[in-house]
Amino acid sequence: MEKGIWGFTILIVCSLASRTEGLGMDQNRQILGFRGNAGDALDDDPVGRLKVFVYELPSKYNVDLVKRDPRCLTHMFAAEIFMHRFLLSSPVRTLDSEEADWFYVPVYPTCDLTKDGLPLPFRSPRMMRSAIQLIASEWPHWNKTEGADHFFVVPHDFGACFHYQEETAVERGILPLLRRATLVQTFGQKNHVCLKEGSIVIPPYASPQRMHAHLLPPDIPRSIFIYFRGLLHDGMNDPEGCYYARGARASLWLNFKNNPIFDISTEHPSTYYEDMQRSIFCLCPLGWAPWSPRLVEAVVFGCIPVVIADDIVLPFADTIPWTDIAVFVAEKDIVRLDTILTSMPTEIILRKQRLLANPLIKLAVSFPQPSRPGDAFHQILNGLARKLPHGSSVYLQPGQKVLNWTAGSVEDTYPWEK
Amino acid sequence: MKPSLLTSQPSRRGSHRQADSGLGGEGGGGAASAAESVFRSPTAAFWIVIHGVCCVISVFLGFRFSRVVFVLLFSPSSTTTISSVFTSVPALHAAVTNTTTTTTQMRALVLASSPPPPPEAEQNSMKSRVVVGRHGIRIRPWTHPDSEETMRAHWIIERVQREQRLQHGVRSPRPLIVVTPTYARTFQTLHLTGLLHSLLLVPFPLTWLVVEAASSRSNDTAAFLARSGLHFLHVPFPHPMPEDSRYWRTTESRMRLHALRVVRDRGMDGIVVFADDSNVHSMELFDEAQRVKWMGAISMRILTHITGLSTSRGEDHKSPVPIQGPACNSSGHLVGWHTYNPLPNTGATFIGAGKTVLPAKMEWAGFMLNSRLLWREAKEKPDWVRDLDEVGKKGEDIDSPLCLLEDASFVEPLGNCGRKVLLWWLRAEARYDSNFPTGWTLEPVLEATAAANHSARIDASPELPSNSKLMAGNQDSRNNNIST
Repeated sequence: MEKGIWGFTILIVCSLASRTEGLGMDQNRQILGFRGNAGDALDDDPVGRLKVFVYELPSKYNVDLVKRDPRCLTHMFAAEIFMHRFLLSSPVRTLDSEEADWFYVPVYPTCDLTKDGLPLPFRSPRMMRSAIQLIASEWPHWNKTEGADHFFVVPHDFGACFHYQEETAVERGILPLLRRATLVQTFGQKNHVCLKEGSIVIPPYASPQRMHAHLLPPDIPRSIFIYFRGLLHDGMNDPEGCYYARGARASLWLNFKNNPIFDISTEHPSTYYEDMQRSIFCLCPLGWAPWSPRLVEAVVFGCIPVVIADDIVLPFADTIPWTDIAVFVAEKDIVRLDTILTSMPTEIILRKQRLLANPLIKLAVSFPQPSRPGDAFHQILNGLARKLPHGSSVYLQPGQKVLNWTAGSVEDTYPWEK
Repeated sequence: MKPSLLTSQPSRRGSHRQADSGLGGEGGGGAASAAESVFRSPTAAFWIVIHGVCCVISVFLGFRFSRVVFVLLFSPSSTTTISSVFTSVPALHAAVTNTTTTTTQMRALVLASSPPPPPEAEQNSMKSRVVVGRHGIRIRPWTHPDSEETMRAHWIIERVQREQRLQHGVRSPRPLIVVTPTYARTFQTLHLTGLLHSLLLVPFPLTWLVVEAASSRSNDTAAFLARSGLHFLHVPFPHPMPEDSRYWRTTESRMRLHALRVVRDRGMDGIVVFADDSNVHSMELFDEAQRVKWMGAISMRILTHITGLSTSRGEDHKSPVPIQGPACNSSGHLVGWHTYNPLPNTGATFIGAGKTVLPAKMEWAGFMLNSRLLWREAKEKPDWVRDLDEVGKKGEDIDSPLCLLEDASFVEPLGNCGRKVLLWWLRAEARYDSNFPTGWTLEPVLEATAAANHSARIDASPELPSNSKLMAGNQDSRNNNIST
């Protein structure tokens, strides 16, 4: 008996030792070069690991919307359009729906823009519902799984909750018809209604051509310590200032507007991208939603992102080592932001810059056209491939119904006319 | 009115007034209609009773007491919620006791309408810790920067830039040979010190080749260079600097050629940079020098007294500060030169009480060349360069480094094709008749009066108005002598 206990403890100690040794090795690998654990997964090639079938929907769901308003191609929600275009010509696409692992529904719910270019989400649930009714009636695959092997790209503010105001989005919850599907979305926050288990969080779209047009040579010395340009106070929607960004941006301004090492303002300079390349830290605080293209721009321009958004889930968190690249500051610690950033040891700052300089990471957060191996499109496919093979809960018995087609608000059930 | 009684959402404005003045009216009206509703729904009655209790408490407290407190008390969350509520309640009391009614109204706005956020989600993992809704804006009491942190930030910036230079800068830097012609004069130490400090900052291996015109004070420069800490080469030039300032330029050019011959004879390898002692150099100039293949030129801004005077008259828009440097076309090729347009009498003019030297059409500063251009045998030496011995042999006027070349079109324009100004030419000199002590060390006044005919002593200029303090303050007279 005692021998057994001894043996057991020795076993435990050995396994712990080997684990820590392994961790130490990984740390060394990460410090020596940028090919740590993350580098391997970034390189994964999804071609051959999955097959995607793209539904042929009438053009009123996708192409016509873009034709009517080409601004959809340049705003931060354009990932849905470019994902469709990528899949149409990708080697993972299969024309035979029987052998497909994943099914893609090409619908652009965010391409309904106001005069100012902001997307209106009020008709998006109806558009989704109409599209799903169409595929459920014309193809047998939806009913086999009730959408569990289908994926949708929903890059709106709060994903498939389809509303820009967080309280309303939380109330509505994820669209009932999408409760079993895999959602590819930009919104990510832990324990939030609008992020469901198994979703893939992607970076928002930032135009790669625009970013490359403003690229400076890397030997331009970085002389700005902390940089931020953007809205600090949303006077129109939140005049009091206690709702926008949970008070974080207003707190930033009021605490640090006199601080010489902070370069923060609400201007829209034409040298925005160039200034980011001259900065060491770029602030990425939350706004109405925790995500923003600022993170992508900071990564591409080599500026260390300072993420100020509690419980945020960053894009491709399983492949991109965000804790090694970015700095995370809790919202309650904003008042000490200057102390936090100036007391960071220089070795850590230099290491973060070295990791940020890795072209694989810059590629993984961008959507280049034409697509290149390792870019965000491929990372999405990698994420989908990692979820294969489908579990047993995915497939339903014939005739079994799980989704409630009448759930949700009444307006969502009205037919969608376009 | 009844819906307003039954809603638990606190209103944002006028809560105090509502509690006080509206109390009677609403309470009375509510009671009357409540009597009917009591029989309809016990929950409605319950809420009305609670509301009445809250109203009474509000009257005593002086601000609106929120019913949300009861919701929290009886909610299914754990005791930590209750404790957090009770910790906030004493705060409410404290806020009330020593503030006026308007202030309590404000406090009520903040406290009553934002209930303390739910506790850490250890026991309640399904709900997010982050709460939607109204949040306070955190402001720390002292919002001004801490000077130590600012210093640390600058140190971090410097370290990052150093790392950038290591990563992206020049991989194998070539040594620089800085050629400086100099001669003994009042401001020589001033200019040389300035140039020395600039050269000390250059991160590349450097040799300072100082060519000095012959004079009786030659030890000054040697002593200065010995103290400098740089790797230097002090080359004496056999002829002295002429008194007539019109010939200063040619002598300097000949001094530079002499230095180039030294470079050739010793086989020194590196990039020759012409740096006059009175100029101001940017560090980027030395970075650009590393990119020279055979011969390069950068843009130089010329600061003369003419421009200074004209700006004081408010005519600066008519005479922009002149620039000497390469001119490029849009595709980045050298097509010509920007030069300084000199006045009819180049050399020196009398401006006021001082003498100022104006630049020539093409100054030597701003040019840099590969020392292998000068060597007699060097592989891949281009054929558009003249032999060094040929230059100046026949007594021609060597006025610019372009005379070293057969074909001036091979000069490489540096500094973003001449768009960046990396050098400022200025010639600030003391009065021609000014004197100064050896090594700029001043002996005490007593000894000065005693040794009146010492050769190194200060002579008062006969043209200046005589001071009564002339003998007592030799230093004052020396100060009066010097003018720019």
